[in-house]
Amino acid sequence: MENEMKIKLKVWRQENEKAQGKFEEYDVNTNPDMSFLEMFDVLNEQLITEGKDPVAFDHDCREGICGMCSMVIDGRPHGPKGGITTCQLHMRSFNNGDTISVEPWRANSFPVIKDLSVNRSSFDRIIAAGGFVSVNTGNAVDANSILIPKETADKAFEAATCIGCGACVSACKNASAMLFVGAKVTQLALLPQGQAEREARVVAMVNQMDAEGFGACSNTGACAAECPKEIPLSVIATLNREYMKAKMNGK
Amino acid sequence: MTLDSRIPEGQLGEKWTKYKSSVPLVNPANKRNLEIIVVGTGLAGASAAASLAEMGYKVKAFCFQDSPRRAHSIAAQGGINAAKNYQNDGDSVYRLFYDTIKGGDYRAREANVHRLAEVSAAIIDQCVAQGVPFAREYGGTLSNRSFGGTQVQRTFYAAGQTGQQLLLGAYSALERQVGLGNVKMYSRHEMLEVVKIDGKARGIIARDLISGNLERHFGHAVLLCTGGYGNVFYLSTNAMGSNVTAAWKAHKSGAYFGNPCFTQIHPTCIPVSGHYQSKLTLMSESLRNDGRIWVPKQKDDNRQPNDIPEDERDYYLERRYPAFGNLVPRDVASRAAKERCDAGYGVGPSKMAVYLDFRSNLMNKYGRAEANKMGIENPDDETLIRLGKEVVKEKYGNLFDMYKQITDEDPYEVPMRIYPAVHYTMGGLWVDYDLMTTVPGLYALGEANFSDHGANRLGASALMQGLADGYFVIPYTIGSYLSKEIGTKSIPTDHDEFVAAENRCADYINRLMGINGKQSVESFHRRLGLIMWNKCGMARNENGLKEAIEEIRSLRDEFWKDVRVPGKKDAFNPELEKAGRVADFLELGELMCLDALQRNESCGGHFREEYQTEEGEAMRDDNNYKYVAAWEMGQNNNWTLHKEDLVYENIKIAQRSYK
Amino acid sequence: MKVLSFLFNSSIGRKFAMALTGIFLITFLLVHCGVNATIFFNDGGETFNEAAEFMGTNWLIRTMEIGLFIGLLWHIFQGLWLWQNNGMRRKQKYGKSAGNANSTWYSRSMGLLGTLLLLFLVLHLKHFWIVSRFTDEITSGQETLYGEMMEVFGADGLISVVVYVLGCISLSYHLLHGFQSAFQSLGINHPAYNPIIKSLGFGFSIIVPLIFAAMPLAMHLGLLQ
Repeated sequence: MENEMKIKLKVWRQENEKAQGKFEEYDVNTNPDMSFLEMFDVLNEQLITEGKDPVAFDHDCREGICGMCSMVIDGRPHGPKGGITTCQLHMRSFNNGDTISVEPWRANSFPVIKDLSVNRSSFDRIIAAGGFVSVNTGNAVDANSILIPKETADKAFEAATCIGCGACVSACKNASAMLFVGAKVTQLALLPQGQAEREARVVAMVNQMDAEGFGACSNTGACAAECPKEIPLSVIATLNREYMKAKMNGK
Repeated sequence: MTLDSRIPEGQLGEKWTKYKSSVPLVNPANKRNLEIIVVGTGLAGASAAASLAEMGYKVKAFCFQDSPRRAHSIAAQGGINAAKNYQNDGDSVYRLFYDTIKGGDYRAREANVHRLAEVSAAIIDQCVAQGVPFAREYGGTLSNRSFGGTQVQRTFYAAGQTGQQLLLGAYSALERQVGLGNVKMYSRHEMLEVVKIDGKARGIIARDLISGNLERHFGHAVLLCTGGYGNVFYLSTNAMGSNVTAAWKAHKSGAYFGNPCFTQIHPTCIPVSGHYQSKLTLMSESLRNDGRIWVPKQKDDNRQPNDIPEDERDYYLERRYPAFGNLVPRDVASRAAKERCDAGYGVGPSKMAVYLDFRSNLMNKYGRAEANKMGIENPDDETLIRLGKEVVKEKYGNLFDMYKQITDEDPYEVPMRIYPAVHYTMGGLWVDYDLMTTVPGLYALGEANFSDHGANRLGASALMQGLADGYFVIPYTIGSYLSKEIGTKSIPTDHDEFVAAENRCADYINRLMGINGKQSVESFHRRLGLIMWNKCGMARNENGLKEAIEEIRSLRDEFWKDVRVPGKKDAFNPELEKAGRVADFLELGELMCLDALQRNESCGGHFREEYQTEEGEAMRDDNNYKYVAAWEMGQNNNWTLHKEDLVYENIKIAQRSYK
Repeated sequence: MKVLSFLFNSSIGRKFAMALTGIFLITFLLVHCGVNATIFFNDGGETFNEAAEFMGTNWLIRTMEIGLFIGLLWHIFQGLWLWQNNGMRRKQKYGKSAGNANSTWYSRSMGLLGTLLLLFLVLHLKHFWIVSRFTDEITSGQETLYGEMMEVFGADGLISVVVYVLGCISLSYHLLHGFQSAFQSLGINHPAYNPIIKSLGFGFSIIVPLIFAAMPLAMHLGLLQ
């Protein structure tokens, strides 16, 4: 094929959570229209025919919305391009002959399951602590009975687009989850439906975040810079403000 | 066994109301002792698990993803229908019901669809209450858009990410119950078998995908909310992990499979670009609101699309279906695209694509409206494009970005190239009005059941059905069964049936791991997909289907002789997971072909080339095929067909026309 | 006091404390810089000595000085704790780092810059504060603070001058991130005000350390009497 590209991959291999991991090198033939994960499909096909263990990596929807894919590519979560997930990255963003290093999300709160797969259930526990509106099925009033200014709805939506992939944590030098938590807190703080438990929510979520072992925020901005959904840093300020208000009120 | 759909007596519009007020209840004290297993945590599963837990049942929820939030409902783009009539354009429960039945080409049950339309409005209320940020107008009211197959605006949406927002709403409700201790969540778990005791579903065997351990779980009832089986085609818009395994194991345990051949091919997907392709990406149907579909009038026209003048373009949907134009239902739009491409008018490098062009609406509709608002007189093209772009960006920005990311082409500048792709399966486990399968105590919700969409689903109705089943149907209908189970104590999982089921799973895994052949799981899946797409895809015929059945059988034999599953069984092993799923697809594929073969008519997504009008429109046969095909599995992949006749008391059946 | 316990036991509370003490120290820097800049009147230190005298004897200032030390120590210990604690959140480090692709080096190095500042501060306090508060020469009026400065930075004070300039560079980078970071930690982030905070922070971080650095340099080069 005329557009063929040869890539050298340095991939993190780790048998399981407890095992010691290390980088291994592989040569892969690819082409510019292939997606980054399709290149891994090709590599795995190659490894299977050679009788070797294929690389375990998380992926599902392959269209940038499920939040499952999670590779740190050349030191950057989801690779060198902004605003996309690993599955949306195409080989045209690289050059023939490049060496690319691929590692899992690294954070104590995201233990490695195998190779490039990590366990992100800490995020679920943060949501379970308070990332919801307590409304049982059947308790709702007519959807248009509470009007929400378009600007507010749009802002809430912007925060709500978080896909929970964990790139923010993996990019942060402190492995902090503030962008993730901030996005949810901001969404629910903006909407009238979220008001009743506004203070209790933020305190519960932050307590859980701390208990899970995520670091504090140093405001370096790396999280927002790497967020595939471009959640802005302002959600962290909102989180700080909401938390402070709740604390000052003795929550 | 005769099929009893258990549709309540009475007038169509009163059936559900009457049912709700007369269905037996389970008192709160008893609910605490009743355990329910929910497999799958998409819209149907998450909403069901949350609602049932809120009611007081003890719920265990399972998903194979690393978090319930990642179920593939998340990828739904366009919107969710509801008969709210907020736009004052004449919508009503009846109209939504009618559109759905008609859109499904008269192959769905009246009572189920009417119930769906009735509860649709409450779904929107519930989601808004959960903090789902739907799109809104400047006055603060909810915004709507239109979708294919309807002439009203009843689709609620959140940019191009409606499924994500709805799922996150249901997920948050589920996590709330997890936090309260009412739901125990098992993520990275895959269901491998339904455990039946004395003929009733009493639990499941699940594999912990991290440790590889097999686990036994008891439940008084089991709910399968495991989505569709579009991945049987290998290339589809489904997620890589979407699979039929749970539904298929249920089928093997005695649940009938309804209308397996009814698959939906979505007209607007990004075309295949190479042999390595792993999945296809959908471009939301909502784009057909503003995009015009065309091909060049001249065959093999190699000019750039923008260089082809207006009068040399064939807007074939507008030409063939003037009343609905670009908004005809999906099956019609898909077939029309295939017809043009097969006739040699396709575009792009593969010639298997058509244009979806936004330029004229971007300029003339939005650009001009903005210019009028700003009082710009006689705006030039450049101004119109600039103003129109801003509006289009707000409506479809993320979809346009996604398209550009994949194809490296800017759809604001050049038309999108699109082609149909497998998207949804209307078929699924046969269920009665209560959503119960033919196995007592085993339910199927959402895309996993066959119930509401007939032979073709209308856009924005999948989200509606998933949430209707989970939030508003199952919480009532499950009482009808569980009220009789209050005397049943939890059955210990060392019961013989649990042990036997686990042993069967262990043997099955050992068999897969022991083949040690040469070919990868992926390669078998790809070959199966090709057979299915070519012979049981957008157009089918008798010969092709017969060939396909033979090919699938021999591919299945080859699989069980020569597949290579690397790694260990008692560890995290994605290849093993995939192997089990492909093994099930290899059986399902055959059943789909059998079903397509027996249905000697064309209806909805099922198009048999032998049965078409002279104009190439689908030809239905209501005299002989107005039934649901429910398949019972016997030994060695032998199936028996049962028929549930569809009775239309409220709708006059007519040949579908969108002209 | 339970209501304030979050300042010590939650991640956001700790950062809130860092921001408050940080802003407090920024205001101190402004005063300190303003007072010291009087040496550029080049009046042989007369104005400066008067100001120093006032600062050293006024009871209000002396009380605030205690507050200043509490704030400073709080900032230091909380900062060191955060630095150490945050550093433990990723046991297995990345093989390849993102470098400056997603953040500035100084925003990631606040602990290091702060530690350099601390070392500098020890020297600085020894040079001037201990001398001005606790030694007889100045308290009894035999020697002036200005004279002390001349001595430290004079012709033989090259090493001190270099250390002070390096200290000011550390301060500048520490402030470049710290100034706006403090506002973010306090929850102040609004598109209308962000540009103001940003430019104010940038200006402060450059100008104040520059003025500070100019003092030893000017003395060493003999530009002041």
